[in-house]
Amino acid sequence: MANLNLTLKVWRQENAQAQGRIETYKATGIPEEASFLEMLDIVNEGLVHEGKEPIHFDHDCREGICGMCSLTINGVPHGGKHVTTCQLHMRQFKDGDTIWIEPFRAKAFPLLRDLMVDRSALDKIIAAGGFVDIRTGSAPNANNVPVRKKTADAAFDAAACIGCGACVASCKNSSAMLFTSAKAAHLNLLPQGQPEKNKRVLAMVRQMDAMGFGNCTNQYECEAACPKGITVDNIAKLNRDYMIACASEAVGVFS
Amino acid sequence: MNDIQFPVSDYMPSSCIPEGPIEQKWTKYKREAKLINPNNRRKYTVLIVGTGLAGGSAAATLAELGYNVKCFCYQDSPRRAHSIAAQGGINAAHNYQNDGDSVYRLFYDTVKGGDFRAREANVYRLAEVSANIINQCVAQGVPFGREYGGLLDNRSFGGAQLKRTFYSRGQTGQQLLLGAYQAMEKEIGKGHIEMHPRTEMMDLVVVDGHAKGIVVRDLVTGEIKSYAGDTVLLATGGYGRVFYLSTNAMGCNVGAACACWKKGAYFANPCFTQIHPTCIPVKGDYQSKLTLMSESLRNDGRIWVPKSREVAEKIRKGQMKPSDVAEGDRDYYLERKYPSFGNLAPRDISSRAAKEACDDERGVAVTGRGVFLDFKDAIARMGKEWIDGQYGNLFDMYEEITDVDPHEQPMMIYPASHYTMGGLWVDYNLQSSIPGLHVLGEANFSDHGANRLGASALMQGLSDGYFVISSTLPTYLTTIKPGSVTTAAPEFKEAEDAVKARIQKMMDVKGTKTPDEIHRELGKLIWEDVGMGRTKESLMDAIEKIPAIREEFWNNVKIVGSTEGINAELEKAWRVAAFLDFAQVLCYDALAREESCGAHFRLEHQLDDGEAKRDDEHFAYVACWEYKGADQLPVLHKEPLTFENVHLAIRSYK
Repeated sequence: MANLNLTLKVWRQENAQAQGRIETYKATGIPEEASFLEMLDIVNEGLVHEGKEPIHFDHDCREGICGMCSLTINGVPHGGKHVTTCQLHMRQFKDGDTIWIEPFRAKAFPLLRDLMVDRSALDKIIAAGGFVDIRTGSAPNANNVPVRKKTADAAFDAAACIGCGACVASCKNSSAMLFTSAKAAHLNLLPQGQPEKNKRVLAMVRQMDAMGFGNCTNQYECEAACPKGITVDNIAKLNRDYMIACASEAVGVFS
Repeated sequence: MNDIQFPVSDYMPSSCIPEGPIEQKWTKYKREAKLINPNNRRKYTVLIVGTGLAGGSAAATLAELGYNVKCFCYQDSPRRAHSIAAQGGINAAHNYQNDGDSVYRLFYDTVKGGDFRAREANVYRLAEVSANIINQCVAQGVPFGREYGGLLDNRSFGGAQLKRTFYSRGQTGQQLLLGAYQAMEKEIGKGHIEMHPRTEMMDLVVVDGHAKGIVVRDLVTGEIKSYAGDTVLLATGGYGRVFYLSTNAMGCNVGAACACWKKGAYFANPCFTQIHPTCIPVKGDYQSKLTLMSESLRNDGRIWVPKSREVAEKIRKGQMKPSDVAEGDRDYYLERKYPSFGNLAPRDISSRAAKEACDDERGVAVTGRGVFLDFKDAIARMGKEWIDGQYGNLFDMYEEITDVDPHEQPMMIYPASHYTMGGLWVDYNLQSSIPGLHVLGEANFSDHGANRLGASALMQGLSDGYFVISSTLPTYLTTIKPGSVTTAAPEFKEAEDAVKARIQKMMDVKGTKTPDEIHRELGKLIWEDVGMGRTKESLMDAIEKIPAIREEFWNNVKIVGSTEGINAELEKAWRVAAFLDFAQVLCYDALAREESCGAHFRLEHQLDDGEAKRDDEHFAYVACWEYKGADQLPVLHKEPLTFENVHLAIRSYK
């Protein structure tokens, strides 16, 4: 059980209006079993004892599923180890390392404080069409509609997205295509999602554009940054579904 | 028996259980329930706090029905509520496996699993609507695990001898919550729900004895604001972080429930706290949380410790690999003690057995507090690929956290605080002892008795939110005039001022200890004294020490920053203060309940073989605690529990 001594270069910004800057902190005696966020807890406890304001960051479940933690670590969202920041452990770093910690940056993610950003634009994409429009109580028996195991598994793979926004932060265009396409694929693959497929795709893509996310230029940084293994196959599928939806809309058919 | 004599009241509000045979109660209730015309529903404002499975599903359902819904959560999005972390599955009496399941059997298993301390009528209703939940979720597009024929698959969970658990790999809670969240977002998009993320409920506003609003803090601006409504639905989860280390999210807290308690809502059975047997053991003081390894792993994993202390010591010191321990030197203690349920014994029993093995110095983690969960035999029988298909993400998660590959070496696990069966008291309508305040999901006390079975929390949250509250809410709403109270009522200003004053008071302390340091101190005390094995001495010790910690908080807490804007330290301090107020009643309840039942294990009350010794003659009741002030003992109200359908018996899993 070794302890690490690190230098942190952290983005500090009091609020959306304030001028941001990088500040330097020493993180000493960090156990290598600690998670990245526990490392920040230790640093913050030290700062509070010195009467200084702690580094603010978003986090909640700390088991890699809620999607609330973010952080761009050494230039890569979540640190580039295919896990969320809360599941990144300090044994991935070496004693003496300097670590750069910045917020998830995107025009559609306004900064709130230090490393916290507002990702509610992602919720608005879901509100536009990322659902099956059925009422509670109106559902048929669950086994009435068989679903091929392969299809159900593929839908699950897409549905595993945690909505953290790493795909957006990693993209030079700040595109939300991986996020949007994952939700669209999850629902469009399943029989339950068929009736609204075209409507869904058009609404979600248009909302995505309206929120200020950029276009996708197929560079696939998003896939590399995703902590949940969401693949760019979903983007290809969304592009196909979008084309069909646009054509249906043009001729006035919403199948 | 006790040194403390708790004031006991004869008064108990009615639990409002419908008359008639148990299988007809809910049908009868719905047949006779009051209705509200669709055009009138929009006149009613429903305030919902919390967006987990209970709050989220209630918000979506009530908005669909036409009510005017306002919803609040402390996270940045309703999708992040901690229901999302539930792993293993959700129970339902569909009997798709043809293995003999029925509504009655799910009801029976749940009442027995709860060690006969739950209300029969509520549990029966839960079992009755369970199949509808699965139907609803599938229609929403929740991708449950399926068989090659295209139909839904099931797995087994603790306390059941059949397969009734539906699952989405190890991420069932995530998929169910996303279903509820999507349904909510659909209604948000249509303008039927007004959503307030990053907003924390600070107090309940009671006007003329009815819950009519809430005071919140905007966690971005720091502003204290009020919202008025015709009813308040509290779906704020449990209080498991009273132990500091738990499987709960960092933000989970008892603040809102504690505020309601102080305003007159009874707190029921707070001593029923579930310690989950399979979590990754504690490593060090810096640790912020403990990670659960799903109970579903016990379908195929075998739990063991070495038979001898010598071998255990070698493993602790790293002189021997667990995989090198010979078969004959292993004690598969659950299989040995509970042959018919084996590794799938209920959570309370499994947790205590792990503690016993470690108390016997046969524990295996560096700290000595750990046991093995071994997949060697399952991998040999079914193959690595099959195991990964079942539990892939859990194995990955374990390896990320511990740097050990569970395919090669067994997982190391130990019990940790996970869920709380206790909560605010509610009647059959899910209404608390304050008219107009309804409590849903883990935040209420109702369905799990003294121990919750695995895969039943998701079931209860969604049952309350999708199917129960929509039928029971009109029972209250039809008795009031909609929109009769606004935030202009003086009670709102009073509550806001009290919240502001409390915040200012803690900011002004300017002491030397961080909120986390004080929370850790409290958690350690509660874990030691009010954990898996409780005694009168340990409880008296906690009761004596909690006021000192509370005093330390109010005299020595250090909160940097200001009340304006984002201040994470202030958020933590507010929540710790509530845990400190609440911890006392948790201990009182554990002290007053002079029996062992389910997760509440009093060392003084055990059978010769070490099993829980229940005392049905004296304690077959729900203990409901009424707040009487910071320096006063709470008053105990008792709701007697009667068992007309499940025969009261010693719970045996042997």
